[in-house]
Amino acid sequence: MAGPGTRAGAAHAVLRGVTRIFPPADRGQAPVHALGPVDLDLARGEFFGVVGPSGCGKSTLLEILAGLSAPTEGSVTFEDTEVRGSPPDGVGVVFQEDASFPWLSVWDNVAFGLRRAGIDSAETARRVDHALGFMGLTGFARAYPAQLSGGMRQRVCIARTLVLQPRLILLDEPFGALDQQTRLLMGDELLRLWRDTGATVLLITHALDEAAMLSDRIGVMSARPGRFIDMVATGWPRDRDSTIVSDAAFGEITARLWSSLRAESLKALGAVP
Amino acid sequence: MTRAGWIRIAIVLGAIAALEVVTQAGLVSRHTIIPPTAMAAALWGLIGSGEIMPDITKTLSNVAAAFVLSAGGGFVLGLLIHAAPRLRRALDPLLATYYAVPFFVFYPLLIVIFGMSDLPIIVIGFLFGVVAMIIATLNGLDRVPRVALKVARLSRMDPVSIALLIKFPAATPYLFTGVKLAVAYSFIGVIASEFILSGAGLGFAISYAYNNFDTPRMYALMLFILVSVTAVNMVLHTIEQRMLRRRGLAR
Amino acid sequence: MTQRAPAWQRYGDSLALLAGLVVLWWLLSRWAGEEALTGPAETLARARELLQSRRFHGHATESLTALGYALLLAALGGLGLGTWLGVRRLAGQVAEPILVALYALPKITLYPVILLIFGLGLPAKVAFGAIHGVIPVTIFTLNAVRTIRPVYLKVARSLRLTPWQAFRTVWLPAALPEIVSGQRVGFALTLLGVLIGEMFASQRGVGFVLINAIGLNDVPTIMAAAFLLAVFAATVSAILLKIDRALHRRTARA
Ligand SMILES: Nc1ncnc2c1ncn2[C@@H]1O[C@H](COP(=O)(O)OP(=O)(O)O)[C@@H](O)[C@H]1O
Ligand SMILES: [Mg+2]
Repeated sequence: MAGPGTRAGAAHAVLRGVTRIFPPADRGQAPVHALGPVDLDLARGEFFGVVGPSGCGKSTLLEILAGLSAPTEGSVTFEDTEVRGSPPDGVGVVFQEDASFPWLSVWDNVAFGLRRAGIDSAETARRVDHALGFMGLTGFARAYPAQLSGGMRQRVCIARTLVLQPRLILLDEPFGALDQQTRLLMGDELLRLWRDTGATVLLITHALDEAAMLSDRIGVMSARPGRFIDMVATGWPRDRDSTIVSDAAFGEITARLWSSLRAESLKALGAVP
Repeated sequence: MTRAGWIRIAIVLGAIAALEVVTQAGLVSRHTIIPPTAMAAALWGLIGSGEIMPDITKTLSNVAAAFVLSAGGGFVLGLLIHAAPRLRRALDPLLATYYAVPFFVFYPLLIVIFGMSDLPIIVIGFLFGVVAMIIATLNGLDRVPRVALKVARLSRMDPVSIALLIKFPAATPYLFTGVKLAVAYSFIGVIASEFILSGAGLGFAISYAYNNFDTPRMYALMLFILVSVTAVNMVLHTIEQRMLRRRGLAR
Repeated sequence: MTQRAPAWQRYGDSLALLAGLVVLWWLLSRWAGEEALTGPAETLARARELLQSRRFHGHATESLTALGYALLLAALGGLGLGTWLGVRRLAGQVAEPILVALYALPKITLYPVILLIFGLGLPAKVAFGAIHGVIPVTIFTLNAVRTIRPVYLKVARSLRLTPWQAFRTVWLPAALPEIVSGQRVGFALTLLGVLIGEMFASQRGVGFVLINAIGLNDVPTIMAAAFLLAVFAATVSAILLKIDRALHRRTARA
């Protein structure tokens, strides 16, 4: 498979000069320059991690890539077609906040996208049952989200995205609400899924060790307006799992991420670096 | 049943018993208030003889019509107003002061417009209920989580599906508040109009009984209204609690 | 969030909407005929006449007096009862469904009972206004107090505030926005109750003027009295709304 830092295939998604400036919320306030300019090439089948201080524009970047909002400047291309503020086919998103629908059972939540896409009911049932099994939710198919813990609800959202078999999966701090042990295990699941489906993955996280353990390549973002200030290739084999946290290279990668980020995080806190 | 529920029943039964004792003992005049058992007996007699059936049918069907119009109309109007933020901002102060205006004074006008029928009364019930439903709908739509709308856009749904499959279910807890108010206001609007202005229906029958010093009949009719409003309320409350529990919002 | 519109646009739009309603009123009066629905200009003229007549002054004063007493009873009674029910959790759970059922009850049917107890005159009107207003004020206050975030109360306890300090500096400010909302609803219903009371239980007051005009089919007077009432109610309600909004904005959480 691909060596350290090299790309596994043709560019799957391309960002060029992407910038987002929010107009002022009230008169007399300044516009918010949230992001960019950002250039990024995501290789097909790559696992790309993003770390950066809070409020630096990570979620903004993800929404632009998903076609949920348009960049103020610059362009986004997915599978050789320009994306402009309207979600393209083949992109799945797991949001930072709980996006499960409280009015639908777990099963119906996971089936939601399939039904909208007009998939027939036998195929829907097959895929939903498979995804629930994969996410360890089989026993909760008839439950409602309110009866589940935060982590289980996030797994419902992940399952709802996965059943659509997206070719590009965008995850916005999906394990933020989980404890450390569960996070490691969920990370393993995510790696297994990535290997099995061959999808391209972009994972935003605030946990440096999580980024270091899961990614082929990690982009480190500056304080707002977010830009990439460092790219770290991990060189992990494709067939990896959470046991690599004991690898010597793991500590080096995490240390490098932190040294790039420390000054930016202080800036984001409002301190003078 | 919960502990609070048992206490509530005990309090209500206790109050009825106290009223019974006080009235039976002659501590208040029988012209002012009659014992609850006498009220129930009078109501039983009225229903048995069937003489108030026309009034009951008239009032309840008017209430039902006013409710359906105000709940359905209020939801649709709420959707439309929510889609036009500028109109909504302009309308806001008017909606907020709406209930301070006493509508029933427009009854003579409504008779001119709609003629001497049930329609003016239904319209008053509708005018009373519709704004509560509009306000509840706007409230609910404001609180549809933005992330739910993002999921809808990723599924590339059309505006009608988004309204039916995302906005409507997400806003249901707030819509329910509106529905409960629409029921209450339909009852109030219809019965008050009958009482003040009309020549038929339960409201009129109470006023007629009062003017003819027929105290047992008056209290029997009041009891009927009390029981039917409470019954409708309890049904709505049960449905609402089930929905809220499912969503983890029940108190 | 959406951008806040400039003030001229917000007020301008509302005024345009009001102007539209007046035009609609005018068209309706043309269509229905003057004798069924008085037009805006004639209504205004009749309203001015009313305002200048000594007799109407007497009626208005009488109504305002009744409204004042009724508001005092409804606002303070609802505030006290609602606070108590909000603090005593079980009492609140017991009482709330009863209050909601009473709220939905057409209270006009109680008017004979009120009359039998109080007789004709001011006390009956005040009682009628107060029973209309006290229930919504109680329900709102109960919910305002009950939904104060428990962590605020823990802060108050950990700072060892006295009950009075805790009430003044934590409970009241936390619950105030909702309490004001309740007072706003309470005002509208108290006014309605006083008017209905005057229509039946009195020979004086604006409600009496109205029912008298309805009986005589004196449409200009009906319209003028309704117009004056609407202006009065809308003004008071708008002032309360302004306070309400300011308080809610202050405590809004992102
Ligand atoms: N809709 C919006 N309007 C104005 N400012 C926004 C909006 N969304 C995000 N921002 C601002 O843009 C910056 C980046 O936000 P976000 O992308 O959510 O950061 P992150 O996900 O990295 O924590 C923040 O300062 C935030 O306040
Ligand atoms: Mg974010």
